[in-house]
Amino acid sequence: MCGICGVVVLDGPPPDRELVTRMIGRLRHRGPDGSGLYRDDHAALGHTRLAIIDTEGGAQPLSNEDETLWISFNGEIFNYVELGEELRRCGHRFRTASDTEVVVHAWEEWGEQCFTRFNGQWALALWDSREQRLVLSRDRLGVRPLFFTRDRHRIAFASEVKALMADPALPRAFDPIGLDEVLTYWSTVAPRTVFAGIEQLEPGHVAVLDRDGFRRHPYWSIDFPDRDTEPGQDIETNAAELRERLVEAARLRFVRSDVPVGAYLSGGIDSSITAAVIARYTEAPLHTFSLRFTDAEFDEGVHQQKMVAELGAQHEEITVSPADVAEVFPEVVRHTETPVLRTAPAPLFLLSRLVRDNGYKVVVTGEGADEVLGGYDIFREGRVRAFWARDPGSATRDRAVELLYPWMERNPGTAPAFARSFFGQDLDADDPAISHRPRWASTSAVKAMLSPDLRAELDRGPDVVSRMPSGSDAWDPLSRAQWLEMTTLLPGYILSSQGDRMLMGNSVEGRFPFLDKEVVELANRLPARHKLCGLDEKHLLKIAFEDLVPEQIRRRPKQPYRSPDTASFFRGTPPEWLTEVTSPEALAAAGVFAPRPVAGLLAKAARTGGVRAGNTDNMRLLAVVSTQLLHQQLVVDAGSASDDAPPAPMTVIDRVQHVRSTA
Amino acid sequence: MHDQIRNELREFIGDNYLFGDHDRLPEDEASLLEEGIVDSTGILELIEFLEDHFGIVVGESETVFENLGSVGGLTRFVASKTLAGQTVG
Repeated sequence: MCGICGVVVLDGPPPDRELVTRMIGRLRHRGPDGSGLYRDDHAALGHTRLAIIDTEGGAQPLSNEDETLWISFNGEIFNYVELGEELRRCGHRFRTASDTEVVVHAWEEWGEQCFTRFNGQWALALWDSREQRLVLSRDRLGVRPLFFTRDRHRIAFASEVKALMADPALPRAFDPIGLDEVLTYWSTVAPRTVFAGIEQLEPGHVAVLDRDGFRRHPYWSIDFPDRDTEPGQDIETNAAELRERLVEAARLRFVRSDVPVGAYLSGGIDSSITAAVIARYTEAPLHTFSLRFTDAEFDEGVHQQKMVAELGAQHEEITVSPADVAEVFPEVVRHTETPVLRTAPAPLFLLSRLVRDNGYKVVVTGEGADEVLGGYDIFREGRVRAFWARDPGSATRDRAVELLYPWMERNPGTAPAFARSFFGQDLDADDPAISHRPRWASTSAVKAMLSPDLRAELDRGPDVVSRMPSGSDAWDPLSRAQWLEMTTLLPGYILSSQGDRMLMGNSVEGRFPFLDKEVVELANRLPARHKLCGLDEKHLLKIAFEDLVPEQIRRRPKQPYRSPDTASFFRGTPPEWLTEVTSPEALAAAGVFAPRPVAGLLAKAARTGGVRAGNTDNMRLLAVVSTQLLHQQLVVDAGSASDDAPPAPMTVIDRVQHVRSTA
Repeated sequence: MHDQIRNELREFIGDNYLFGDHDRLPEDEASLLEEGIVDSTGILELIEFLEDHFGIVVGESETVFENLGSVGGLTRFVASKTLAGQTVG
């Protein structure tokens, strides 16, 4: 697990070694164990290394035997052992035991087809110096990040935006449409980011830059069978197959590492299953890590303790208070590199710090289960709305709304008639996004606070629906909702702002068995009713692991992971930095939010202390605070020289200046 | 009395949901929900305000759109409750 970066210039002087060195330095947290730089007349590749597999031999950038093909690689190919054997049979010779070298030979042997064979999580750059061709690739669902900025003959790429920003020549500004997407979907939709001129490679895509120009295309896409044509209809058979694949996925993620692997335990069913599988099916000693809250509303300690007792694992936990969230929040936004509408990433940053402080570099988590196996409330919402839309006049159908959100302190059952109006908005049975409209509408309420100038630029509004695959109208409605979720929130928020960025911010790699290639491909061809049975979420998963997870955890109503929002900042005196970044001057400099409504919002937060703040007010406050922090950190502040020292030892292979050194 | 209730409601909605941007206050009969002013959790703030400010009790069966969904509906609802309270009292 690592950080990657580089610059390729097809026409012009060689890439600036100083610049790439600074880019590497800004990715230090992703790879504190060492760094590397390769440069020739057209390309410079940089790397920071978190040594996990072949900790002695796997330094990067790494090349093929004749040093014509170079790679900078972030991630893991979990089936690298099997692929390596296949490649050896084809005559390839290996110098290291690393999965990175397998990628190089796989590219030589299979070209772009190699990506379809990888089961893993990656972002990588391959430079073919003979062909003068750069290839970028990203894993299927976007576990690992990859950003770039380009014109026709030059491209700069990096694991994080802050490394691209090491170039003082790069214009720094927000992209209004990117902000609009975040304030609708909670995240941008790749390739867009919130920064003008900075793109991200879409998950499941390959991009190529060579003398023929720049092009990109998918090697894989999220796909579902037409409704009622799903190949396996027997629920027992499907449960058995799901179990087999998940056990293998969790096992691979535990044993394919040369350093010990820990496991997150949230108290929910997903992480309980991954931890239980490891305890049952591997010899590895199990060390679990949990997040607790001083605030009882968010705490899941009872369920975590139940599972710890069940597993007999060595266990660590951290208890997070609202003040902890406020304290760490600026650093959190420095890593999310996008506005966030919840504080939820912050406690995860503190959790990965706990993991690191216990000497672990790798954790397995339950992330992805909700998207892949139908766990989210939004899927239940979609089903209720679709059920209702088919007979809108029904006196009883709308009562189904009251079944939603039993966990919420202020749930629709409290004001049921009003909730019916809320969930009854835009009720159109033919709408492919029927599941997501209420969320998008309530999130969009934040945009009423935007500055008039910015609002003037947002005439059309974002449109992810038009990108849905042709043929998706024949899918089950659950599949369409899953596609939307896997295209927006999963890569853009869950796996990045709550995932990679919070983990790598503390030099910890996350591994996600539920996002295993074999698991996802099976899950996507299951009948929808096996995933969401009536309103019972992750139905098949509960059946498949009935014996490994206690009833208390299997049958508890799903509690979405949340943390205190407005209350984190306003329970006492708001932190000084918050007052600073939300000052009228700072707001005017960013130009995103209008000062008057922000002043009103802050006054309300100060008055109430954030106690029982509504959903929209929480999103408003977080949008303002995180956007303003981001503006200060990435638009105004160019970064200091102290950010920019690459981690030692640093290996340099510079063919322009004829240098080969390690220092 | 209606005018006073209406004005106090408009002031609360303007301050609390529109943060002082009173130009965005909707017409009396326009839906607060569809205008994106109040959401399903924000409605509870509104109920608390009605109870604290006007001294009425909002029963669960009364949390219907006709009563809480617009400035006009709220005005009529509060007026009828306070009138009923006076009659009883």
